[in-house]
Amino acid sequence: MISRRDFIRLSLLAGAGAGLGVGTVRAQETAGPRSRWVFLVDTMKCVGCGLCVKACKLENEVPYDLPVTRTWVERYVITGEGQISVDGKGRSVEAGTVFADTPMGARDGYKQNVFHNYTELGSNVVVPPDMIAKSFFVPKLCNQCDKPPCVQVCPVGATFKTADGVVLVDRTWCIGCGYCIMACPYGVRFFHPVYRVAEKCTWCYHRIVKGMKPACVMACPFEARRFGEANKPDDPVAQVVETDRVAVLKPEFGTRPLVYYLGLDENVR
Amino acid sequence: MKSYVLRPLYVVIAFVCIILLARVFVVPKDFGIGERGFMYGWHRKGAEDFWRNFKVKYQTREYCEGCHAQKYETIMASPHAIIQCENCHGPAVDHPVKPEKLTIDRRRDLCLRCHAYLPYPTSGRRVIPPINNDEHYPDTECVQCHNPHSPGF
Repeated sequence: MISRRDFIRLSLLAGAGAGLGVGTVRAQETAGPRSRWVFLVDTMKCVGCGLCVKACKLENEVPYDLPVTRTWVERYVITGEGQISVDGKGRSVEAGTVFADTPMGARDGYKQNVFHNYTELGSNVVVPPDMIAKSFFVPKLCNQCDKPPCVQVCPVGATFKTADGVVLVDRTWCIGCGYCIMACPYGVRFFHPVYRVAEKCTWCYHRIVKGMKPACVMACPFEARRFGEANKPDDPVAQVVETDRVAVLKPEFGTRPLVYYLGLDENVR
Repeated sequence: MKSYVLRPLYVVIAFVCIILLARVFVVPKDFGIGERGFMYGWHRKGAEDFWRNFKVKYQTREYCEGCHAQKYETIMASPHAIIQCENCHGPAVDHPVKPEKLTIDRRRDLCLRCHAYLPYPTSGRRVIPPINNDEHYPDTECVQCHNPHSPGF
């Protein structure tokens, strides 16, 4: 018969042993050089040329003439108080009215100061130059969240996060239910019209594992998009993220995005 | 126990067994929880290789330099040095083999992506020499007067 004292001593020992075992297994899993990539978007530098969107579509075989895209550039124009032109007719607006659009994901860039077929007003909106208080472009792409909601909702295990931090979709296993498309707070996912599965930005996984830059980063002439490795202390992008005033999109969702923005405005949603 | 209690129980047990048996055949061998645990890492390992082996199309300017060294030198000495060759010439893919020739985009639209005047002084546009699209030789291709490899006169 085992005494109470012995029983407690044994169970404490067993517990400590089990804890130690789990600890060593964890350590083995995380050991070894693993890339932890990080993406930096400098909205102060973006000119809205859309070369990134073009490069992304061609690199990743996203149907070029359909309104789907893995990355896009948004245009924001914030007005002062006064008159804007809606279909050639004047209309007065309050100070701080926000106009934002991204026609075809800005695949062909922005060439005119016109919001064509503006959704809320259903017509062409022109904000005259002297009425523009703020105006800027914001490139968007998958944030490769550290806690991706799109992965949690997948009922079949078709989308997942790799050890190096990129969220991918298994095209042969996806059933096209669309839960992940609705779960993404950033609207990054879409339904691929050819493969009939969920599609998303992969940070050009096939390029970055070969040491290349993602296609959009390569195509950007103004270094508005930058790419680096977070676990290398001398990486210039990692240093900016570490030392500069960066922000992420929708931090209130708790998704912990890995895309950091410089010069993010409060009007960017 | 009465048989009318046991009979539905047998049916349920048989049903569960069939599901467990089917699972062995339906679930692929490489399905596993991966490095990120069950919540984020439950996937087919083979899917990672699919994305890893995806075809690279944009080869970057270092690839072009190998054969077109002179063109490379010219553009690298100009303000257009920041632009990758493939942004205008199209993705190289396996260029000298397939495609044999790249189609050069000479349209005015391409230049306007950056050089069309937009009254957005707080955006990156402020650093680019702009043109007024309606007044600056409309309906003319920019390359008739400007050399994109060394712009200006």
